[in-house]
Amino acid sequence: MSNSTEWPLWEVFVRTKAGLDHKHCGSLHATDGKMAIQLARDVYTRRQEGSSLWVVRSDQIVASDPGEKAMYFDPMEDKVYRHPTFYALPEAVNHM
Amino acid sequence: MQTSIQPSRDPAAQYVLRLADTCLILGQRLGEWCGHAPILEEDLALTNTALDLIGQARALLTHAGRMGAQVLDEDQLAFLREERDYLNVTMVELPRGDFAFTVLRNAMVATFLKLVWQRLAGSADAELAAIAGKAVKEARYHQQHAGDWVVRLGAGTTESRQRMENALQQLWRYVPELLEADGVDEQASAAGLGPRWSELREPWLAEMKALFDEAGLTAPPDAAFRSTGKRGLHSEYLGHILTEMQYLQRAYPGGAW
Repeated sequence: MSNSTEWPLWEVFVRTKAGLDHKHCGSLHATDGKMAIQLARDVYTRRQEGSSLWVVRSDQIVASDPGEKAMYFDPMEDKVYRHPTFYALPEAVNHM
Repeated sequence: MQTSIQPSRDPAAQYVLRLADTCLILGQRLGEWCGHAPILEEDLALTNTALDLIGQARALLTHAGRMGAQVLDEDQLAFLREERDYLNVTMVELPRGDFAFTVLRNAMVATFLKLVWQRLAGSADAELAAIAGKAVKEARYHQQHAGDWVVRLGAGTTESRQRMENALQQLWRYVPELLEADGVDEQASAAGLGPRWSELREPWLAEMKALFDEAGLTAPPDAAFRSTGKRGLHSEYLGHILTEMQYLQRAYPGGAW
């Protein structure tokens, strides 16, 4: 991004096995999606980390503004009643 | 100094060694890109390919080492033979060249090895069939990755196209060695060990033509020249790569890590 000859940046998401979600694991430079997928395979799944890959252009990601962090996230600090910790679980429910 | 060993002259062992050494020497050549590729990501991609090839070579050398009267292990075969006992095709020992040369050679060799592995999956030799079954997946990816670069460079800028044309000009004369049969092939075919390399000629040429069409490249006319690496007669380049490869095992006999 610092100069126009640099290849675009891509964010890489790897799914470790079927049924799990794709997790963000890093980024890389590539000229297009086809190359980005191949290089993601070579850079991020060399040790059997993956069974599926997503890549997305970094400049396509819309992110929240760090300057608005206080207004966005701090108000949730004292809303403990939003956590479901006040309910007594029936015996039959093992995993919650 | 560790004394050189003499591999089995049995045609079946030679057939396996031709493949083993082709993987071994190309893997060594690709290792030279480590830290030198155009971008970090491609640096990893090339060394991944190199390590796949070394892995294939290890399996094949181990197998070949058990085919003679005297059992030799993978390290003895990889590091203690004399130059004329290496049976890799000449194409893979040529210096690494520029990036265009490297990706075109990788595309040519990966296409060749993919076709070999596909056929060896049905070999009468169960271990060879098992090695091939694993290796064919690796070769398919090598072919895709290298082939994409051939298209990108061939259909890229004036300079990248020029470099790809130069690479094609340099490599094409070493192609016939991959696609012709001799006595070793005849015996392997008769024994059900694997295909005559000449049987790979049509499919290899068809796949390369499809790639060249996409890249806007044209194969040069065939030349009379024949390289002979698979018969142990090599170019001037193999000796140099062997001195580098063999130094450690000769200096520290039996060294392992």
